[in-house]
Amino acid sequence: MGTKFSCKRISEGYAEAEVIISKDAVCYYLVEPETGLVVERNHDLEGRNIAGKILMMPSGKGSSVVQADGLFKLGRNQKSPLGMIIEHADPVLVSSALIFEVPMVHKVDPEFYKLIKDGDRIILNATEGWIEIL
Amino acid sequence: MKLTVEEKDMLEGKYGEGIAAAMKIQVAMGETFEAERMVPITRAHVALSAQDADLWFVDKLLKLGAHCKVSPTVNPSIDLKYLKKHLFEIPKAGIDIVSATNEAYKQIGATLTFDCTPYLQQNVPGFGEVIAFSESSATPYVNSVFGARSNRESSQSALCAAITGLVPEYGLLLDENRKGEILVEVTAKIETDFDYQLLGWCYPELYKGLEIPVFTGIKSRPTPAGFMNFGAQLNTSGAVSMYHMVGITPEAPTVEAAFGNNKIKHRITISDQDLAATRERLCREPGKIDFAMFGCPHLTIDQVETIAKTVGERKFAVDFWVLTSSLTRELADRMGFLDVIQRAGGHIIADTCIDVPPCWQPYYGKNAVTDSPKCAYYNEIRGIKFKIRPLEEAVEAAILGEVLK
Repeated sequence: MGTKFSCKRISEGYAEAEVIISKDAVCYYLVEPETGLVVERNHDLEGRNIAGKILMMPSGKGSSVVQADGLFKLGRNQKSPLGMIIEHADPVLVSSALIFEVPMVHKVDPEFYKLIKDGDRIILNATEGWIEIL
Repeated sequence: MKLTVEEKDMLEGKYGEGIAAAMKIQVAMGETFEAERMVPITRAHVALSAQDADLWFVDKLLKLGAHCKVSPTVNPSIDLKYLKKHLFEIPKAGIDIVSATNEAYKQIGATLTFDCTPYLQQNVPGFGEVIAFSESSATPYVNSVFGARSNRESSQSALCAAITGLVPEYGLLLDENRKGEILVEVTAKIETDFDYQLLGWCYPELYKGLEIPVFTGIKSRPTPAGFMNFGAQLNTSGAVSMYHMVGITPEAPTVEAAFGNNKIKHRITISDQDLAATRERLCREPGKIDFAMFGCPHLTIDQVETIAKTVGERKFAVDFWVLTSSLTRELADRMGFLDVIQRAGGHIIADTCIDVPPCWQPYYGKNAVTDSPKCAYYNEIRGIKFKIRPLEEAVEAAILGEVLK
């Protein structure tokens, strides 16, 4: 068992998966809905796949129409991320996560950011407010 | 968050599952943004989009028995009949989703205005009124020009607010968050409605932060179209939900009032050269065009009049589309402007957006002219190359079939 790090719940739920780290804000409209592949040009995650992973990113971007529609289509194809860890919450991303029931947290213990590496397996328990690196 | 007994009952389903579902989303948002309580709203506007997620969400709430307590106005959809008659027949999948979306919003209790400028007609808030408005041109307008209070709601969170009649109290609903932090000294000459398109696009290019900007140096009050253009571009080029214009907007009688207890975090100057550089980057070279499109946001009656007066007795060389509200179209008819524009070969279409796919499919990949940077930006994804010019110049270009300068 690894160490547990505290965080604050935005959207409840539980996920165990590999983490994928983005330096850039993510707009789900620019993720291919059939595959989960990020297609935005010059994006930190360009060409990588977020389906079935826990996505760690600074924030979301884009209007509510495009952000919600992007996440909805990924979910319908079962290519949505299983969870999200963010630094800056905005109403658009927050309402999208709540509506499509994707677990999401913010305000994570700063120690977590020092240890986490892209590809680590983690447990995200948004309901109880903790993350564990496995 | 502290909820009243009634609010707890709403959350726990005593008033039905629909209200409980909306309340659950709003309480989670309130907790995320550290709101202490819920407060009532008197108005709402929902950015209906007739896309998959939009229909799915309103349908889900309907099935749970939700009905709007505060009837929201809604964004444009598509006037299917008009397009079928004058442009092309939308593919069946498109017709189905548009019809189903319109019906669902009607059933849930929305007011079907199909207009993105509710702040000019049908849903105009007063100073200090707490409201829930989504739509990029609307949020800056209601906060800045009227001094009403709305956060940058998503279309979904605004619909939840319409259902519960409440919003979590955070962000721009609180006095201390409505003060400026960035001082923007405008030395550029700002006179026309088009100058506000450029100024609105330019500022977020120079400063990316989300703090509230305070503009000084603007000599006279913008027209409603000027304010509309300014907010639409500020919130498309960037994410500005509120600004102050010293001596003009109601919460900024002076620079001191606009900043309150805040220190000036950054100073920015916007000169004629800055606006010229934005224009150079944004507006594209002269050249032939295949069509002209106006109405992002929906045109005001004054703008429709400008078009009619500019074209006069002449004819358009290319397809010419004006998008506006059904009320403004009716008024244009009454004033004779509709007749002038139709005689010249142009259209005024109500209830429709430049950005609801697939309604403008025959134009994908073509060259065009518009007066709106937002219209140009949203159509890049469909390969439509819009040249951006002031309204009168764009109308002249449509008469010639070419943008000359």
